Amino acid sequence: MTGCVSDHPLIPRFPRTGAAALGFAPLLPLNLATGRLATSLARRHPGLFERLGDQAAKNFVIDPTDMPFVFRLAPRPEAPQLRAVRRESAGAWDARVAGPLAALIGLVHGAYDGDALFFSRDLVIEGDTAAVLALRNAIDNEELDLVEEASALFGPLALLAARPASRLAALVGGLTGVALTRRSGGSFA
Amino acid sequence: MTLELVCPAGTPAALRAAIEAGAHAVYCGFNDETNARNFPGLNFSRAEMADAIGYAHRHDAKVLIAINTFPRAGGLELWTRAVDDAASMQTDAVILADLGLLDYAARTHPALRLHVSVQAAAANADAIGFYARSFGVRRVVLPRVLTVQEIAAINRDIDVETEVFIFGGLCVMAEGRCSLSSYACGNSPNMNGACSPASQVEYREEGGDLVSRLGGFAIDRVKAGAAAPYPTLCKGSFEAGAYRGHVFEDPVSLDAAALIPQLAAAGVTALKIEGRQRSRAYTQAVVRNFRRALDAHAAGRPIAAGELRALTEGQQTTSGAYSKTWR
Repeated sequence: MTGCVSDHPLIPRFPRTGAAALGFAPLLPLNLATGRLATSLARRHPGLFERLGDQAAKNFVIDPTDMPFVFRLAPRPEAPQLRAVRRESAGAWDARVAGPLAALIGLVHGAYDGDALFFSRDLVIEGDTAAVLALRNAIDNEELDLVEEASALFGPLALLAARPASRLAALVGGLTGVALTRRSGGSFA
Repeated sequence: MTLELVCPAGTPAALRAAIEAGAHAVYCGFNDETNARNFPGLNFSRAEMADAIGYAHRHDAKVLIAINTFPRAGGLELWTRAVDDAASMQTDAVILADLGLLDYAARTHPALRLHVSVQAAAANADAIGFYARSFGVRRVVLPRVLTVQEIAAINRDIDVETEVFIFGGLCVMAEGRCSLSSYACGNSPNMNGACSPASQVEYREEGGDLVSRLGGFAIDRVKAGAAAPYPTLCKGSFEAGAYRGHVFEDPVSLDAAALIPQLAAAGVTALKIEGRQRSRAYTQAVVRNFRRALDAHAAGRPIAAGELRALTEGQQTTSGAYSKTWR
């Protein structure tokens, strides 16, 4: 059993052939996108960084174990950084969170419960537990949708980008089993 | 009478998830030492709490603010300010444990509804009667030490509502009085609001085993494939004489869904779900499941078996003290 609270009890793994192909791809395009995404998140979701408090000074490695790279996250409110690096180049970190890509994305989208994934051993945490907890809680509260955030990178054209981005997300999700978007949610307004 | 479903919210997002899933009431706390879930990234700022109360009231749900740690000598102002702010936000009730704070709230805000926290460990009719007579409390959250029969006996002898836990993590049976975490970490769950504070919890792979440590003490070790161990001393594994294992308490969580009819018959007013430290995914799934169960009970239909074991901390469940099978 896993901690999945959707109708799918097993966490999908990213297809090995796809992951192997990505192992040869340059990381520069991905890093251009993640760099802009981090800056956009700071602008669109300042509450995320407020909720992190002192833990925003920590360095995280987010390790999608079925992918040929990891993400280094430095969630500084004034200049957040999110970079993909090869696993062997991850460098020093305060905290590491590792699990299948679908589990990590599912945590962001509120599809999975982090504690349940941890107790079922689908998720591994190492290092500074307080930093991991703060990051989990801050992200959980923001009700992020990664497709929506990616669309927002197009600035004034975000509305035009949203529909094709959703279609692309659905296509990739269908091929890989990794849900890239989430159900609706919102604020107190 | 319909049982009230009281649900946890560690964040504004979890509060919305709980209400959307059918919570009648949500309990939550300010982001400081005044509540017993004082963890990094969790809880509500004053502005978030005011917004949350407005949102809940627009959706016909209540917000109960937990100010349920025990004030430190010389540091009372943090707790009295929390009570004052809760009252000014039109909260539906505050959940308090400390006698002095109950007295302050009753004198300063006579219209404020007072609930006695499980942290107060009020486990008999005399103690509950004292809280009712002295401070006008309207509800008591019963500690998880009582059988259903004992709860029924208490309800026959008191004039206030009772609320009992129905699902979630279990404490050792000395709520508000447990010093295990304080012993290992230096911080008190009952005064600082954090049992097994995350800053002192460490998990590490050692020789194929997963080892959990609290305050530098190794408290459990499990093989690959086994459920990850709890970070709390009460559910750690130790050697005591020839015995090696869970000395204080097994790492299981409460699931008393099957006892809903008996608890209703025992005169209970409200059922409480534990887990303010959990994600909104947990909140949504558990609240939806229990709202369905309560609706089924109210309609006279059978209650479906729970499907929530995968969401429990130890991946195992028990009906706890409600049916003391060890007696």
